[in-house]
Amino acid sequence: MIAFIIRRILQAIGVLIAVGLIAFSMFRFAGDPVNQLVGIDTPAAEREALRQALGLDDPVPLQFARYIVEAAQFDFGISYQFRQPVSDLLASRAPATLELAVVATIFALVVGILMGVYSALRRDTALAKAFQAVSLIGISLPTFLIGILLIYVFSVSLGWLPSFGRGETVRLGGWTTGLLTGSGWAAIVMPAVTLGLFQMTLIMRLVRAEMLEVLRTDYIRFARARGLTNRAIHFGHALKNTLVPVITVAGLQFGSVIAFAIITETVFQWPGMGLLFVQAVQNVDIPIMAAYLMFVGAIFVFINLVVDILYTIVDPRLRSSLRAPT
Amino acid sequence: MTKHISVLAATSAALLCATALSASAVTLRYANQGDLRSLDPYTLNETTANAHLGHVYEGLTKRGKDLAIEPGLAESWEVLEDGKRWRFNLREGVTFHNGNPFTADDVIFSADRVRSEGSNFQTRVPAGAVFEKVDDYTIDVVLPSPNPILHYQWDTWYIMDQEWAQEHGVEKPTPASAETPSYAALNANGTGPFEVTTHEPGVRTVFTANEDWWDEPEHNLDEIVFTPISSDATRVAALLSGEVDVIEPVPIQDIERVRSSDRATVLTGPELRTIFLGFDQERDELLYSNVEGENPFKDPRVREAFMLAIDADLIRDRVMRGLSTPSALMIAPELFAYSDEFERPGYDPERARALLAEAGYPDGFEVGMDCPNDRYVNDEAICQGVVSMLARVGITVNLNAQPKAQYFAKVLRSGGYDTSFYLLGWTPGTFDSHNVLNDLHGCRAEGSPRGETNLGGYCNEEVDALIEQILVESDEDARNDLIRQAYEITTGEFAYVPLHQQALAWGVANGVDLVQRADNQVLLYWARKGE
Repeated sequence: MIAFIIRRILQAIGVLIAVGLIAFSMFRFAGDPVNQLVGIDTPAAEREALRQALGLDDPVPLQFARYIVEAAQFDFGISYQFRQPVSDLLASRAPATLELAVVATIFALVVGILMGVYSALRRDTALAKAFQAVSLIGISLPTFLIGILLIYVFSVSLGWLPSFGRGETVRLGGWTTGLLTGSGWAAIVMPAVTLGLFQMTLIMRLVRAEMLEVLRTDYIRFARARGLTNRAIHFGHALKNTLVPVITVAGLQFGSVIAFAIITETVFQWPGMGLLFVQAVQNVDIPIMAAYLMFVGAIFVFINLVVDILYTIVDPRLRSSLRAPT
Repeated sequence: MTKHISVLAATSAALLCATALSASAVTLRYANQGDLRSLDPYTLNETTANAHLGHVYEGLTKRGKDLAIEPGLAESWEVLEDGKRWRFNLREGVTFHNGNPFTADDVIFSADRVRSEGSNFQTRVPAGAVFEKVDDYTIDVVLPSPNPILHYQWDTWYIMDQEWAQEHGVEKPTPASAETPSYAALNANGTGPFEVTTHEPGVRTVFTANEDWWDEPEHNLDEIVFTPISSDATRVAALLSGEVDVIEPVPIQDIERVRSSDRATVLTGPELRTIFLGFDQERDELLYSNVEGENPFKDPRVREAFMLAIDADLIRDRVMRGLSTPSALMIAPELFAYSDEFERPGYDPERARALLAEAGYPDGFEVGMDCPNDRYVNDEAICQGVVSMLARVGITVNLNAQPKAQYFAKVLRSGGYDTSFYLLGWTPGTFDSHNVLNDLHGCRAEGSPRGETNLGGYCNEEVDALIEQILVESDEDARNDLIRQAYEITTGEFAYVPLHQQALAWGVANGVDLVQRADNQVLLYWARKGE
């Protein structure tokens, strides 16, 4: 197990360096940061001095080496636009994004599994068919459109929920949370639904398909033959066996939930890292873009690792194969 | 947010009951497309940032609701020694938000700081100007040569407190390359009508009314809460749902919808920014064209043909939904006294085709066009309109519309003026023609700031000579005559194709009174709410 984890960590470092290289080469096409840092009627001499101070005139390999070395020490530099350390900015924005991602994932899991189970067991009812239709909408409509529709229905027309922001937040040490205030909960509903809708439909369809598959297998028939109640068969045996792929998907999707939060955060002006990133791209704020991409890369790598470990807990068959030399 | 709404409800309830108690605070909630990045007043010379900080900091002068120059921290000033010495009499009894008194030393300190490295406002104060302290409340500015517009931009040269800056180690503006965060980027200490009480960069900034302000406030606010909302649809939704009171800008396509709601309305008016098209007239062969061996834009007839081929009225009606003012000059009419004498040539494709044939291009030619797509109102759509209008006279335009970050990197001096034909917008920071002539029409020369943003390299030595005279001429009428002469030359040669003044569009909730200034600074110290 330990050898497995170490191997995975080494692979992760390789992946992160690759992410860094790709990110770094992309910045060269993002535009000239100096133009975003000063007004348009700034004299060229002033621009040139700034360019030199930022090290933008150095050779590219030198810039990349400097960037990797500093990133390895978790020093992502100072944001061009805010003149604040990027690590502070990300740290102050991370709680918003993580809370949103967690609430969205919980929403997706709970609602997705419930809807999936129901539509597998009561395939022909009208409600199951309605779920199928809803899931089509969730998969095919782009996130920003869903967000804007929700805003127009629930904020502008009905006036029930706020259209932007996080509501009131409470500071707990270095963490700000919106989950302890009423306005915070009101503010998170629409972003979380918007962000989680795609995952929800994915999980619902997955659970439904897996359930139907499992319900046809021999051990379910034996279970029925043993005279077990429907409840025990469906939830004790069938559902449990559908959960391995669901965990994989939900785990891997958690990474995309964080990464896709960019769009949801922009629509709802949710003050998280994704919004910070979008603004950084518009303003060619390279230090923020670099740090964010590395962060997202690290999250994906970490989640993959956790999912691998979770497999071995859920499915005992995998444990023996881990011990065997590969 | 719900709390704010309930506070509001309480406020209006209190007003309805007509009780003498006005205990509830009046909070104005304002959302802008862009965010307030740094509170240091010398880091970014940009309208939105200047407007925000203008609530907190003040300059020696101010500009009023009609942009007229008014006394600010200087009560009065006089010009001595043929324009080479300016004497400013400072206002007494003014204190900074931390309680320090405002004196001549603060002005001298600010003059040094604004000209130091890392400042984006270095040109606010001429490099050769010497500041002499006469007494605590009198300052002399000694200039190497007369400068009639010395104080034109001083409304946004904000005065900082010397002691405060020294105490917190911010004697210099934070350079973009700084290794440590700057205290002045997160904290502010001005003399203005509002103080910053909370500043979360990119999330929220709270301004609280300064009870000890030296002047009589025109607003009735206790607090301004600023939130950036970058998504157009969300910003409009926030206004329509009553979560914010003021938004800037309202996207053109949403104006009707906001107006038809019963919650809010839209204030519109011409902005000072002129949107125009420019040509590469410098290179002997265009970078992006099928014409080889020569540059068609060197021929004024070709430039005139472009002018005649573009129907600015049609762009106004179709692209701008009526919200633009076609322009004849490269400066907004509000900013030049003799603007009326200039008229935009009418749309005339026949004549345009004839001119192209005369210039040797009877079948037209191909040219590449650079255009930003996230900088000005409907910028890309304007360019597309230009492309199809030019197609009617035989010019094939290959449009390259990009986000501003890439666009400016390509076309500005730092990108080597890599363009043949482009769309740009310009507001003279000084509100004066000298800036327009010097920056956009002056001949480019190595090592000289003149003509740096003259991306096409238009050059006429007569115009350059006039620019020199305009800079030092102190008599207003004589100066305006010189400016008129310069514009007569540049419009006669079709140096540029001015398109229009774009419109300002601010969304304002019912019950809020605002003053819309043509430079698009949202100044809420003139706002009243709940009356």
